[in-house]
Amino acid sequence: MTEVAVVAFAQAPNVRRTHGTTNGVEMLVPIFDEVYTRTGLSKTDIGFWCSGSSDYLAGRAFSFISAVDAIGAFPPIHESHVEMDAAWALYEAWLKIRTGEVDTALVYGFGKSSAGELRRVLSLQLDPYTVAPLWPDSVSIAALQARLGLESGRWTEQDLAEVAARSRRDAADNPRAQFSGETDVATLLGSAPTTEPTADPTADLVADPLRRHDIAPVTDGAAVIVLASAERARDLADRPAVISGIDHRIDTPSLGARDLTTSPSTRLAGEAVGTDGVEVAELHAPFTHQELIVRDELGLGDDVRINPSGGALTGNPMFSAGLARIGEAAQRILDGDATRTLGHATSGPALQQNLVTVLERG
Amino acid sequence: MTAVESEPAETPEQPLSAPLDIGFDYTRSVGPVLGRFMAALAQRRILGVRGSDGRVHVPPVEYDPGTAEALDELVDVAGEGTVVSWSWIADPLAGQPVQRPFAWALVRLDGADTALLHAVDTGGDPTSVHTGQRVRVRWADEPVGHIRDIAYFVPVADPPADAAPTAPAPPAAATGADDDTTTVDTVVTPVQLSYTHSASPEESRYLRALADGRMLAQRCPGCDKVYIPPRGACPTCGVPTTDEVDLPDTGIVTTFCIVNVPFLGQRIAPPYVGAYILLDGADIPFLHLVLGCEASEVRMGMRVRAAWKPREEWSTTLENIAHFEPTGEADAPYASYAHHL
Repeated sequence: MTEVAVVAFAQAPNVRRTHGTTNGVEMLVPIFDEVYTRTGLSKTDIGFWCSGSSDYLAGRAFSFISAVDAIGAFPPIHESHVEMDAAWALYEAWLKIRTGEVDTALVYGFGKSSAGELRRVLSLQLDPYTVAPLWPDSVSIAALQARLGLESGRWTEQDLAEVAARSRRDAADNPRAQFSGETDVATLLGSAPTTEPTADPTADLVADPLRRHDIAPVTDGAAVIVLASAERARDLADRPAVISGIDHRIDTPSLGARDLTTSPSTRLAGEAVGTDGVEVAELHAPFTHQELIVRDELGLGDDVRINPSGGALTGNPMFSAGLARIGEAAQRILDGDATRTLGHATSGPALQQNLVTVLERG
Repeated sequence: MTAVESEPAETPEQPLSAPLDIGFDYTRSVGPVLGRFMAALAQRRILGVRGSDGRVHVPPVEYDPGTAEALDELVDVAGEGTVVSWSWIADPLAGQPVQRPFAWALVRLDGADTALLHAVDTGGDPTSVHTGQRVRVRWADEPVGHIRDIAYFVPVADPPADAAPTAPAPPAAATGADDDTTTVDTVVTPVQLSYTHSASPEESRYLRALADGRMLAQRCPGCDKVYIPPRGACPTCGVPTTDEVDLPDTGIVTTFCIVNVPFLGQRIAPPYVGAYILLDGADIPFLHLVLGCEASEVRMGMRVRAAWKPREEWSTTLENIAHFEPTGEADAPYASYAHHL
């Protein structure tokens, strides 16, 4: 079957709040231009379009239809949409190219998280009979997961702060990150004088046991990836990032029925794609402890560079942050900095659903 | 009347935004397993379901998470259990069970093997909750067959002296056929969400012009089509519409329907006409009302003019135009609007 490669990636600036609409057009038009310029493609060259977004974020029905305007979708295009992170839209587009039906696809995700109260909106993704009617918010659920690991000795506060500090340092090299900064564990845990004028590390237990630095920010953003058949990809990029494996799995939605300090779905997806020899991994972990879980389930050793982009902890645009992880992983290959990288995306509460892809220099 | 180009504004304005509050009472059929669970809650009992491996799941699951086997052996568990994990929420969100600082907890009830996610009230004290703590159910005053019949949990030792403030109770569930109170057929969960809805820069200029009684369109720089309302991106070209065009408040009906059916929230007595109005000089119609004649007289190509509300009622909305009404001019020939249908 046809091999598929990433030939271009772009993302909108990760910001706390845009003045734009919830249909994402203002964020999408410029990044579509970026990938067109980079590949030399125009909209009429794209065989298939697939997007990820959510009406619950926008507060209105069929909000993704307005986003299609950003494409210039007349005459009608071959288009699909998932109410998930656009990493899953990428999976659909990958299949479309694998079957030979099309040889190019443009995948995009967008979300204006700031339009509503994100942590509350996300409770509507939970079991609608016995859980969602209680409105448990996404941060509180992650905090339950974090405590299980802290009290079982699976990780420590220092481990979590180390993830946060590394993410912030790395984000300094990512112009699209929401924030970045030189910091260390002692500063984050309040045992050293703060150098950040706005930070108040002693009072930042926002969802005990989670501290401010453990939690991804609320982010408006968008991302786009262009896929092509391996044959076509050679004309569109100097060093296409070939998808050598992609798989996604899901764990039970019953939060109290599984060991939240593990992620069997991540492990299974990782085993299916084969993670050996990966040099760089971009992991979609909106909470510090989740990075530790994912890293362990994927068997990534100390020699693997984790989240050189700064990761979701320095910018977590809903419905495109997972796609952006795959884009960042692909970019290392497109730039010639790596030969084998991994992108991971998550969806749902407490790492319920996970997608893993491995990319290689073609 | 022809379209007139207007001067672009000298200073960029902030786009318009407004609160958007939406709500819906979700009515959900619960099926036989959850139906018995809900009915038991109304009787202040908690049921679990025995899984393929013998584990008791609370809340019950319909299919075993490991084997996917359909499960139906419901067993009573205690209204008391142990905190497996917890997190603290200092500022409870709307709708959450306890409306003062409380702990979210995974509680393993005695007799259950899985943990239930719910709230633990400690009277607002974050130091009075811990893993391993024994907690028990505080039932709602009037259980209705809903997960919120468990109002919250309290510590078995030293429960708070006062009852916690709670979110409004859900509506009563519909019980089984012939008032069989041992099953619940449906549960009702009200959902309310609040957003800040933002108009695009293009829409904002159009809405502000409406407040001045003007119909402001924009022309696509790619294909020359004139859009009202203007678009963040031309759906044909994918580029923002830019050149501003003032349109007249006259146009034609391209297509229409006669509304004969009454519905909730209807403001006009049927029959009446909802029509696509294509303003003179525009390339895309918008939906509005056609009044001022019998519904049966409305036809494709009919010339119409805006009937504006009194000026003092105008704001940044197309509702400034109460409706469109016939001008009495000759109908536009079909060929003149066929490509706008």
